[in-house]
Amino acid sequence: MTARLRFILGRLVQAVPIVLGIIILNFLLLHLAPGDVATVLAGEAGGAPPEYVAQLRHDFGLDQPLWIQLLLYIKNILSLDLGYSFRQSMPVLQLILERLGPTLLLMGTTLLISVGFGVLLGLIAAMRVRRWADTMISILAIIAYATPLFWIGLMLIVLFSIKLDWLPTTGMETVAAFYEGWDRVLDIAWHLVLPALTLSLFYMALYTRLMRAAMLEQAGMEYVTTARAKGLTERRITFRHILRNAFLPVLTIVGVQIGSLLGGSVIVEAVFAWPGLGQLAFQSLFARDFNLLLVIFFLSAGLVVIVNLVVDVIYTLLDPRIEAR
Amino acid sequence: MPAPLLEISGLTVDLPPGADRPHAVEEVGLALAENEILCVVGESGSGKSVMARSILGLLPPRRLRVSAGRILFKGENLLAASAARLRQIRGGEIAMIFQEPMAALNPLMTIGRQIDEVVATHLNLPRAERRQRALELLRAVHLPDPERIIEAYPHQLSGGQRQRAMIAMALILEPAIIIADEPTTALDVTTQAQILALIRELRQRHRAGILFITHDFGVVAEIADRVAVMQRGRLVEWGTAAQVLNAPRHPYTRALIAAVPNLDPPPPRPYDRDSVLLQIEGLDKAYRSGGGLLGRRQRVVHAARDARLALRRGETLGLVGESGSGKSTLARCILRLVEADRGAIRLDGVDLRRLSRRAMRPWRKRLQMIFQDPFASLNPRARIAETIAAGPMLHGVPRAEAFARARELLGLVGLDPRAADRFPHEFSGGQRQRIGIARALALRPDILVADEPVSALDVSVQGQILELLAQIRERLQLSMLFITHDLRVAAQVCDSIAVMRRGEIVEYGPTAEIFAAPRHPYTRELLAAIPGKAWTKPKTDAVAEEAGSGR
Repeated sequence: MTARLRFILGRLVQAVPIVLGIIILNFLLLHLAPGDVATVLAGEAGGAPPEYVAQLRHDFGLDQPLWIQLLLYIKNILSLDLGYSFRQSMPVLQLILERLGPTLLLMGTTLLISVGFGVLLGLIAAMRVRRWADTMISILAIIAYATPLFWIGLMLIVLFSIKLDWLPTTGMETVAAFYEGWDRVLDIAWHLVLPALTLSLFYMALYTRLMRAAMLEQAGMEYVTTARAKGLTERRITFRHILRNAFLPVLTIVGVQIGSLLGGSVIVEAVFAWPGLGQLAFQSLFARDFNLLLVIFFLSAGLVVIVNLVVDVIYTLLDPRIEAR
Repeated sequence: MPAPLLEISGLTVDLPPGADRPHAVEEVGLALAENEILCVVGESGSGKSVMARSILGLLPPRRLRVSAGRILFKGENLLAASAARLRQIRGGEIAMIFQEPMAALNPLMTIGRQIDEVVATHLNLPRAERRQRALELLRAVHLPDPERIIEAYPHQLSGGQRQRAMIAMALILEPAIIIADEPTTALDVTTQAQILALIRELRQRHRAGILFITHDFGVVAEIADRVAVMQRGRLVEWGTAAQVLNAPRHPYTRALIAAVPNLDPPPPRPYDRDSVLLQIEGLDKAYRSGGGLLGRRQRVVHAARDARLALRRGETLGLVGESGSGKSTLARCILRLVEADRGAIRLDGVDLRRLSRRAMRPWRKRLQMIFQDPFASLNPRARIAETIAAGPMLHGVPRAEAFARARELLGLVGLDPRAADRFPHEFSGGQRQRIGIARALALRPDILVADEPVSALDVSVQGQILELLAQIRERLQLSMLFITHDLRVAAQVCDSIAVMRRGEIVEYGPTAEIFAAPRHPYTRELLAAIPGKAWTKPKTDAVAEEAGSGR
């Protein structure tokens, strides 16, 4: 156990330079884009004299050389001062905390649905290989895999919200109803169905295909023949021997995919007006609200690093060959 | 003779359509009695494993199908048995041991649970009692510290320990029959000797019938009561071990036995004993892992320690040792494919280790390598002429000339020069190894480094490749560094031998002297472990000729 703890601490230490590198890279990348918050504000005001824009720049510290801005920024981040969103007139920290919850909820649900159902469907397909159930699952998986996220989202809205009127189209809760307690939980869950489903379908398809392939590959291994030669039933061979071995490659991909899941949530949050980080990022990009954007990037990077660490720890729990060193 | 435990008659297994022959196994009949070891011998593709697996219905579904015959186990036809009855027999009455214990054990399950599964499936015993039984059995197969092994995962054991655990798993319900499919092929020679001794001991204790599949006549001589020889799916000869080993009747058996290298080294070959071509002095190489940031303990493995060797013009020097002894690493250090930590590699007096990459380049062509795996060591997407000509072209030979030379070399290694435009997958293992040799020769090297060049090949093909290497080294006056784990091969090929263990050369001298009077205890242990050392092959002069026609 202490070895595992040391492993986790070691990985966290390793993550520091990575996150720092990401901050610097993001900072420089964002400054490659033309325009800044001052021009956007001036533009929205319907034009402003150059002196006013210069004054704005000076107030925001945008007239300093780039490297000084960068150093200042890193210093602020390290002292956990995340800055102020001039655009939203709010401290960045407060904005982020408000939006983090919904995004984590959406991501967590998506992860659960896609991995859970992906593994289950892959398992069923592999057990019924080359029979109709397998064919059906494989076809559905390929369709889900090939369809763009935003299109699925729009079509689900058209079908379930507009035509059938079963599910709400946008938002995270019915604000006007002022639900409390379990009613609120249910209401949020109700709103969660469509966005989570939209975001899950692609990943579920991916994991289904992966799981099916891994199951079939493992079924051909020699240890399965050994298990059969021991007189075990096919059921027991599948569940006790093949399943766990086949899950390992899926887990590896889950770890890698977490980052792109975050990217996918930007689209889904935009389509469903889900009040999460993705939507915030989308808005702040067009407003050139760099302070806010940088923190969102920083947070996303941190999230990916942490989730990967969690996946690695799960890996050491599942596979005794991988030592937590 | 007592009534047979197992009687196979007219067994035919179909291959899928489009295979190189219609049947994997064709009308095979065998009988196995209790307290008997029956060895089924054959080369790869002879159908011996398919035959063994069809007994328990373990053939891959959809690809192989038993189409005729009977397999009677104590009078009951297993081919007609229900799935439930078959499961009862599997593991309970007939158990199996496989070739590669690492692959045959589930990597995510402890040894204890994998053994326990057998008992739990077949008997209704409380957990504590099952555990007791597993511990007893682990002790019976001479595993040290059973309490620790029962909690261990397969990767935490050595190859020999894994195979012992596998055997324990097969034995735990005291089955009447044990089917062992090449159980020692993946093991080192000393471990192999121990496992063979264990199998013999268990046969006596349990009076089980053992069906032992192998390709190695040395192992057959060591362990068999009766022998059956298979070729291309057919049983070509069977009889008692003495009959088959000492007076083989079928030409194929004779050819196989003739191809087994003799243990007595041939008389020394003449070569210039004074002209040292390559001198290795004090070569060290250690692999380090771990260590670093958080003060973990560093692990150091010495792959080569103060190695000293001298290779003379025209000499073949054998590097002999078990897996992990450092023989391959040493050879790679000499070629500078791996950088040594210390020491000197003198070729014609120049220390190669001090040369920069660029300065090394002209020397590279003087040292060429032949690899073990003829499948993995050729680029599958390159025509073989390109593979062979690539080296000379890198060294500035014009394309046309390099390709002409490639064709010439194919002729030299016994392939049709017209094969130059084909791809590697169109050739058999032996042919590919010939291509590998042609590739090494293309740069006109002085020294060939051959890393287990025949280990992946069947015994008859192995003989042909060894013969080819012998011819080439005579004709081109090559020196050779020959790495092998097979002492029989070393005895036939090498003029002198260096025995390695854990990175150290423990004994070094002329082959004949080492075989006649080994000085180091480890060398003695290695020699004692050679399977079938007590067996003197029947006089093969006449036999070898007949075998030649059978190729």
